Amino acid sequence: MVGLWQIYCLFFKMGIFTFGGGYAMLPILQSEVVRKRHYVTEDELLDYYSIGQCTPGIIAVNAASFIGYKLRGLGGLLSATLGVISPSLVIIVLIAMVLRQYMDNQYLQWMFGGIRISVTALIINTVWDMWRKSVVRVRDYIVFAAAFGLMWCCGLSAALIVLLAAGAAFIPDIRRLKK
Amino acid sequence: MIYLLLFWEFFKIGLLAVGGGLVTVPFLFDLTEEYSWFDKRELIDMIAIAQSTPGPVGINMATYAGFNAAGIGGALLATLSEVLPAVIIVYYIAKMLKRWQDSPYVEKVLKSIRPAVIALILFAGLDVAKETVVDWQTAAVLVVLCAAMRLYKKSPFFYIAASAVIGLILKI
Repeated sequence: MVGLWQIYCLFFKMGIFTFGGGYAMLPILQSEVVRKRHYVTEDELLDYYSIGQCTPGIIAVNAASFIGYKLRGLGGLLSATLGVISPSLVIIVLIAMVLRQYMDNQYLQWMFGGIRISVTALIINTVWDMWRKSVVRVRDYIVFAAAFGLMWCCGLSAALIVLLAAGAAFIPDIRRLKK
Repeated sequence: MIYLLLFWEFFKIGLLAVGGGLVTVPFLFDLTEEYSWFDKRELIDMIAIAQSTPGPVGINMATYAGFNAAGIGGALLATLSEVLPAVIIVYYIAKMLKRWQDSPYVEKVLKSIRPAVIALILFAGLDVAKETVVDWQTAAVLVVLCAAMRLYKKSPFFYIAASAVIGLILKI
């Protein structure tokens, strides 16, 4: 069984390396929790993101809570959540107190410029992996295209898209209708 | 009194902000009109800092806002209040999911949602790309990084550290 302290430390480490929103954390979760430790499957991770999308709260925290719960129930959930928020608490308070003037430092800005590009590349790479695994049936392609199109042209919210895709599950297959 | 207000305001944000990243921003804008914890200019600074420091943006924003309002205690309280509603809700959903995960209906719905979530993630990725890829140099770095990630399955930590060095060398 995975220890609570171990869960806390793992999510603390992932919190440090998450630059940006919850999606920036996805590649790290995929590598640490799915590939390296096999705590959850890739499909489960995607499901946590879909549910985290429609429930209140920060997506990264929601995903962490789900994984923590799967590992150790309520205790695991709390350890994972506290782990993922702890680095923010320490780093942001430090910045607010003393480091504020250093944030304008040119060298630091250049480093962040590079980091932002790798965050973009990591997200694209993760999408590619997940696409190959989960978009297989004809209806998957249709749902994917419809979801992307609805966001692109109508600016639908993420939560609404997920709910619509859930509804699409009950549209019967055309081939089956013909029989 | 300020602690009670902080708890209440950030609990509300945690309950009402559905989605990722910067969805808490409009709520924080509302706070600038009601309280004198921080003004709009400081909020914009906060967004910039929250985005370029480690940690999920939403959490960073709560910590920063809480600290500005009432010091370290405020930072702790605002952050914990913001995650509290999600912790409670996720706990019950995770419990239900465990009970129903073998139901064919749940499986069917989850299978249908997955392609849509992948589209959402791609969309968010392209949004980030618009901010980061500004010229030929940054575009080239992105392509090289993507190719490297496909060829060598190294951990994301490696690529984040490497890209910080690349940023320093190329002055991105």
